[in-house]
Amino acid sequence: MIVTDETIEYVAALAKLDLTDEEKARAKVDLGNILDYVEKMNELDTEGVEPMSHVFPYNNVFRDDVVTNGADPDSILKNAPQVKDGGFAVPPTFD
Amino acid sequence: MDITKLTALELGKLIKSGKITSMDAVRAQFEKIEERDETYNCYITLTKDQALQRAEAVQRQIEAGELDESPLAGVPMAVKDNICTKGVLTSCASRILDGFEPPYDAHVMEKLDQAGAVMLGKLNMDEFAMGSTTETSYYGPTRNPWNTDRVPGGSSGGAAAAVAARETWYALGSDTGGSIRQPSSFCGVTGIKPTYGRVSRYGLIAYASSLDQIGPIARNVSDCAAILDLICGYDRRDSTSVACPEEKFTDALVDDVKGLRIGIPNSYLGEGLDPQVKAAVTEAARKLEKKGASVEYFDMGMVDYAIPAYYVIASAEASSNLSRFDGVKYGYRTPVFEDLQQLYKKTRDEGFGMEVKRRMMIGAFVLSSGYYDAYYIKALKVKALIKKGFDQAFEKYDLILGPTAPTTALRIGENLSDPLKMYLGDIYTVSVNLAGLPGISLPCGLDSEGMPIGVQMIGQTFSEKTLIRAAYSLEKEISQMEPAFLAGQEGGERA
Amino acid sequence: MSREYETVIGLEVHCELSTKTKIFCGCSTEFGGAPNTHVCPVCAGMPGTLPVLNRKVVDFALAACLALNCHITQHCKFDRKNYFYPDLPKAYQISQLYLPIGRNGHVDIETENGTKSIGIHEIHMEEDAGKLIHDQWDDTTIVDYNRCGVPLIEIVSEPDMRSADEVIAYLEKLRRTLQYLGVSDCRMQEGSIRADINLSVRPVGEEKLGTRTEMKNMNSFKAIARAIAAETDRQIEVIEDGGSVTQETRRWDDNKGASYAMRSKEDAQDYRYFPDPDLPPVFISDEWIEKTKDAQPEFREEKCARFVSQYSLPEKDALLLTDSVRMADLFEETAKISKKPREAANWLMVEAMRLVKEQGDGDASKMDFSPAHLARLIDLLGQGTINRAGAREVFEHIFAEDVDPDSYIKDHGLAIENDSDALGKVIDQVIAANPKSVGDYKAGKKKAVGFLVGQTMKAMKGKADPAAVNKMIVSRLEK
Ligand SMILES: [Mg+2]
Ligand SMILES: [Zn+2]
Repeated sequence: MIVTDETIEYVAALAKLDLTDEEKARAKVDLGNILDYVEKMNELDTEGVEPMSHVFPYNNVFRDDVVTNGADPDSILKNAPQVKDGGFAVPPTFD
Repeated sequence: MDITKLTALELGKLIKSGKITSMDAVRAQFEKIEERDETYNCYITLTKDQALQRAEAVQRQIEAGELDESPLAGVPMAVKDNICTKGVLTSCASRILDGFEPPYDAHVMEKLDQAGAVMLGKLNMDEFAMGSTTETSYYGPTRNPWNTDRVPGGSSGGAAAAVAARETWYALGSDTGGSIRQPSSFCGVTGIKPTYGRVSRYGLIAYASSLDQIGPIARNVSDCAAILDLICGYDRRDSTSVACPEEKFTDALVDDVKGLRIGIPNSYLGEGLDPQVKAAVTEAARKLEKKGASVEYFDMGMVDYAIPAYYVIASAEASSNLSRFDGVKYGYRTPVFEDLQQLYKKTRDEGFGMEVKRRMMIGAFVLSSGYYDAYYIKALKVKALIKKGFDQAFEKYDLILGPTAPTTALRIGENLSDPLKMYLGDIYTVSVNLAGLPGISLPCGLDSEGMPIGVQMIGQTFSEKTLIRAAYSLEKEISQMEPAFLAGQEGGERA
Repeated sequence: MSREYETVIGLEVHCELSTKTKIFCGCSTEFGGAPNTHVCPVCAGMPGTLPVLNRKVVDFALAACLALNCHITQHCKFDRKNYFYPDLPKAYQISQLYLPIGRNGHVDIETENGTKSIGIHEIHMEEDAGKLIHDQWDDTTIVDYNRCGVPLIEIVSEPDMRSADEVIAYLEKLRRTLQYLGVSDCRMQEGSIRADINLSVRPVGEEKLGTRTEMKNMNSFKAIARAIAAETDRQIEVIEDGGSVTQETRRWDDNKGASYAMRSKEDAQDYRYFPDPDLPPVFISDEWIEKTKDAQPEFREEKCARFVSQYSLPEKDALLLTDSVRMADLFEETAKISKKPREAANWLMVEAMRLVKEQGDGDASKMDFSPAHLARLIDLLGQGTINRAGAREVFEHIFAEDVDPDSYIKDHGLAIENDSDALGKVIDQVIAANPKSVGDYKAGKKKAVGFLVGQTMKAMKGKADPAAVNKMIVSRLEK
């Protein structure tokens, strides 16, 4: 897999990372090597194999529709870098 | 008597009998920590005052007979720093979680609380459990107590090193691709990765949700079994937690392997394996055979594909799991930013280390449009085949035996520059996580440089008791070993 | 304009399910409340926390799918939709992409041109995001996670609609169906039903679809109609000017009557969906489906027909009464207690609807009073205990505060004076005091009696039945 500069820009943007040029150059090499390596999987014929997300065939794990949590805004906000009027504060977002 | 050299169960007994108090144990342990941890850097956070207070409360409960059923009541322990502890920094050894004090305890912490555990502090690890050396911690590397030029392994390196350095009686680690077993092997201690779903993940900060599992690291198999008794069990807050009949793991501490069918995959002894490790592991198998187990070498395919599948799946899940760290709700926020996008990008760039960024980028790539099927779905199919391979093996064998890691502990800095080489060190451990199986690593010898070698045993799902019985029986045949610095001190106390 | 164009519209409708708790945690879904007071570590996306699915969400989504004639995905799963935004604390939304709970449904809508079937591409379950509050003075946005994790179903239609009328008929149909099922309030003003419009135009006769835009932020049916008209015109103009429509998301500004392209997110939209490893799949058994089918309520069409036959109501009235299930229930219960369906219908269609429009936002499904109180009022009116004007006053208070009519009438002295001696005395006084009107009447101006009735009612402070008063006056004057 040839990893291009565009690929690095693209995945860095998806991962929301502001990489330096040096980091980008290194990421390009590393990603290329790692992807080459994982392509080893292509040696295997997986035709007809069902992709396995969960190792156990369980399903229907539910909770009842009952309120169990009370208001505790202080504990929710206590680790926030910036709080204003009972909410998490961020730079303005406009559409 | 140096009580820090006792096993957790031995100390628990002493406390129960009234010969020593939990507070004495805490104080004795902090003396050692204060003397040694400068060198080994096992701990990120020490909670001495809380530990003493807690010990007093537990001591009162013990004296009131409230904890008679709990053999580890009052015994001090420590916790890997990716397990949430209410009001105590839980950092994942990352700058991005700077100052994060969870307003909740992990499920395992609640269970340990009920059992009268006393926490000493939080243990060092590879950042977000991504690594095999504990060198990527924001809080600096942990050093191997057997040789400070060596890594302790990872990612639960702080936990394994703390147990080895007698800086705690036992520890909780987490294992996503070998993160309990490999450092246990490097540090000459015992660790168990339970069946996926056995221990609740609630409060374990996720690296790869489908693979992560909390487990014990301790001096020996008996301690590990006793810890498993405390932490296993269904939790309604974890939808992947499995409701299985309650089992007492300490009941499996039986020195008897007669009739046990052990399989050794030929591919586990092939290329890349250090000959000294190979010799020690095959010798361990011979010891079990001598005690009445049957040992057979067999061909198990797929070994070469486990690491590729693992890195695709783990990185994909990690890229999603770690997106929530964005400088808005908790943890680090970059001090200077112009707008929201910059806040996100600078915070994350400054908050995460290189290995974490690398995996988040791999993860973003393999899930991105156009590559999802070729990488992610392919990996899930390979995972299905690996599971099938194990299922077939377990039709013939009760457990699978092999090395935990291809080598003994590496030198510090040896692997940092080459991620691929580091990933290959997980060759014997990752498939266990992919298949959701239980695995144990215990010491089985030393190499010529005096570094410990670990043997791994892998069981069918929910067969921890079989693993414990086999490991306990094997442990009886292996002479006790401890780091040289301990042998030098007050030597001879333990045979 | 040289050519004629056809508008092609598909809708993505988000409906909040009316469960008590959020989809993956035990936090209340109650509307309002101070910021971050219906929030726990799970819905705040704190590290280490895990989701557990609310069974009721599946029950409700399944009921909606069956009512909208969908094929049920018996093995369905949740996926993560990954993107960064402050209203999304985990930086992924738990939704369904690969195996949504329902597919290939359809509903019939009534339009001027008769019945039309609108295809439903899929219905999936997902969690709502939080709310961003913009503080212009401080140049800050404040994030409130109270709505974060409220369960939604997203109903994605096929591009089968061709006009604003069809869109509104379709939305009305969805609203009624979900309200009848009891799975959603569907209140547009509160945002519990939200529609995004996918719209494209093409020359009439052309088969290929044009490039579509997605429009957001309409919060009333009127706004939707205006937005469709404006976007249709805009796209035709672009094409007629020789340009081509850009595929983009646009935000409707109802005050300005125009839409604007939303600043395209800085980074590419690549949501990297994958199955959520924290949530085991959902298996919907045949029994579960059958049970849900059996529990489906009587929908509007059947109810309307039954009202016509059972209560002999004109179809027009039956349609009005069944517009919301709340109204229909109020009618039926009131009719049952009072045994006067016509009266009950009239009170609801006239007085109640007037008050709904005057006092609320026109949403009849919010009416909240006891049918027993209305039934009792109807009785009291019929018995002549109260006159119509008084009854109207009492009803206003039943409507607003659900007062008990008997005690309200007593407390406010609204009962008609049945003591005809006292009433007679007053009438005698009025006749004595108004010789001119009496003279007029006797001279053949029968209308003059009206003035005398009015004077009497005034003297009685309204506490008399004007018809009875009229009768008494006439009988005295005819003597
Ligand atoms: Mg959606
Ligand atoms: Zn919540």
